[in-house]
Amino acid sequence: MSTLAQKKGFGAVLWDYLTTVDHKKIAILYLIAGGFFFLLGGLEAMFIRIQLAVPNNDFVSAGLYNEILTMHGTTMIFLAAMPLIFAFMNAVMPLQIGARDVAFPFLNSLGFWLFFFGGVFLNLSWFLGGAPDAGWTSYASLSLASEGHGIDFYALGLQISGAGTLIGGINFLVTIINMRAPGMTYMRMPMFTWATFVTSALILFAFPALTVGLFLLVFDRMFGSNFFDASMGGNTIIWEHFFWIFGHPEVYILVLPAFGIFSEIFSIFSRKRLFGYSSMVFATVLIGFLGFMVWAHHMFTTGMGPIANAIFAVATMAIAVPTGIKIFNWLFTMWGGSITFTTPMLWAVAFIPSFVAGGVTGVMLASAAQDYQYHDSYFVVAHFHYVIVGGVVFALFAGAHLYWPKMFGTMLNELLGKITFVLFFIGFHLTFFIQHFLGLWGMPRRIFTFLPGQGLETANMVSTVGAFFMAAAVIIMLINIVITSVKNEKVGNDPWGDGRTLEWAIPSPPPFYNFKQLPLVRGLDAYWLEKMEGKKGMSPAEPLGDIHMPNNSFIPFVISFGLFVAAFGAMYRADHSWGIPVLIVGLLITLGSMFIRSVKDDHGFHIHKEDLEDNNDKGVKA
Amino acid sequence: MANQQPNSGNPRVDIEYRRKKSAEEMKHQVITFAMMIFLTIVAFVAAGYEGFSAWFIVPFILILAIVQVIFQLYYFMHMSHKGHEAPALFLYSGAFVGFITIIAFLTVIWW
Repeated sequence: MSTLAQKKGFGAVLWDYLTTVDHKKIAILYLIAGGFFFLLGGLEAMFIRIQLAVPNNDFVSAGLYNEILTMHGTTMIFLAAMPLIFAFMNAVMPLQIGARDVAFPFLNSLGFWLFFFGGVFLNLSWFLGGAPDAGWTSYASLSLASEGHGIDFYALGLQISGAGTLIGGINFLVTIINMRAPGMTYMRMPMFTWATFVTSALILFAFPALTVGLFLLVFDRMFGSNFFDASMGGNTIIWEHFFWIFGHPEVYILVLPAFGIFSEIFSIFSRKRLFGYSSMVFATVLIGFLGFMVWAHHMFTTGMGPIANAIFAVATMAIAVPTGIKIFNWLFTMWGGSITFTTPMLWAVAFIPSFVAGGVTGVMLASAAQDYQYHDSYFVVAHFHYVIVGGVVFALFAGAHLYWPKMFGTMLNELLGKITFVLFFIGFHLTFFIQHFLGLWGMPRRIFTFLPGQGLETANMVSTVGAFFMAAAVIIMLINIVITSVKNEKVGNDPWGDGRTLEWAIPSPPPFYNFKQLPLVRGLDAYWLEKMEGKKGMSPAEPLGDIHMPNNSFIPFVISFGLFVAAFGAMYRADHSWGIPVLIVGLLITLGSMFIRSVKDDHGFHIHKEDLEDNNDKGVKA
Repeated sequence: MANQQPNSGNPRVDIEYRRKKSAEEMKHQVITFAMMIFLTIVAFVAAGYEGFSAWFIVPFILILAIVQVIFQLYYFMHMSHKGHEAPALFLYSGAFVGFITIIAFLTVIWW
């Protein structure tokens, strides 16, 4: 995958990536791992649609269908969307604020490997007696009754990868607060950086709820406690609250960075400053804030009572206001702009109507009384796919095309990119628009088959056809990536020609220290500002000097691997005598490597001024 | 930040001012330390005294606890100094989210 290191052998490159603490390489790792899980989740989606293509289908059995459906949701949210978002945050955010790396490079690597091993652990369930089968929400009354180890894989795997996400979020927060270049005030930060900031805060506050919920679930299933068992004095609703206190902010964790990517795209390809920048910042923060007050709208039918339902319904509808501010700001950014319809811009323009459609059904669902009709029907499935695919996945495709040159130094083919877009756009609406009506006609969620003669055949077939369009789009995108990587035509600093923010002022891909001299930021869209004054690059804010860099480390990999081993021990403790020893060995690996990390002095190294002066030929500026 | 050590070699650093500031801070710390011990004694007395009902004691001790946390944060962990805006923001946001969660659990699930 790497286009950076062709002179090195494969082993050396692999070792480099296993030990790297460079945010740009970690971004590539996130992209590869997240992309792999995205394909896996997509494959599961195809199985779901094939099973539901015709009535009374027996492509998969009922039990297997539950597993596929659960793993599709879990994989797509936790192992595909989040890491891919993290890939762009890692690749772009430090460059946008003019930093040489994130605040804690070691923790950045640890975060990735925790996510990776958690994801691998979760997916090994397919080969070890069956995947989790209680839905991605894993409601306790259902998941406690689930036989086998599927739910244990879910709880332990997400616990490990959730720790990685939390570490990543804290890292981004510290980076943005402390490591902005001279002149980069909060209100000069690019919109994607703002989105990263608010998202990281949401991660910081939301993930502990998931961690607590998962721990309670693990204890209930593996260690004989009864937090969620009503017959023993527990309360099964507590899981639902914990899950959604995490789960609702989670959807904003996904969609705010998507908004950030689109804000960048609209601004770049309209050749205009983002309309209403400060109101965009305000709206982003407000969405983040309101995101914590609305979780119970997922639980209107659990019997919380009319007062609680009314409060959460009104709070939910309030979120439409800041979201509306954003939509209008994007439209006004395009208005009067000199628009070029590149591939990222096509995704961005298509995002507006698609996401608004999802938002409108969101307001419908937010109305508690109506929700009793929609609840657990395909209407809900259509709604959340419209916001998550129409918002997040569109942004991931758009971001992949936009930032590919910055990450790899090559441009993805525009023609193939546009074909991908057209196929995916058609396929997406074909698949999910009709599902609104399937829901209204009474098709429930999460059923593995349906009977003929109920008026659901045609719509389900249409939906399945659409899914194949999306699959074709993804395959063309993969072909595009392969062709681009093989051709390997390097591009310059600002391949789109209209880059506005700091990342476009440095080479593609940037040197490993990012900025030879930290840039002086004189306003919003710092690079654009300099370009408009006829300068070729940023003015440096400091004299050329030694640059301090962290050393690579294999320890994050080992720490994560230890937890991976320990999770197996915890899970098989009751079945096999080797469970406890494996648990102990795993924890010893983790704690031992943490101990080594603590006692071993690792001061990093310096790139000396003289070495930086030499490579003027690379055109490294500021 | 006022808590930086005056060892910079910068001739413009006003050591007299720093010294005055530190003395003032020391005074605050001693006062708050004494008050915290006093509040702790009050809490023990309140819990030990037979005449109060639990409906008075529990909220009373919780209020004392909150006051102590504020003392701890502002006088011993220097949150009263400049440069702590971001930690303060996140601390209060976190406390707010936790508070909302507890309120919701108390009102929606258990009562």
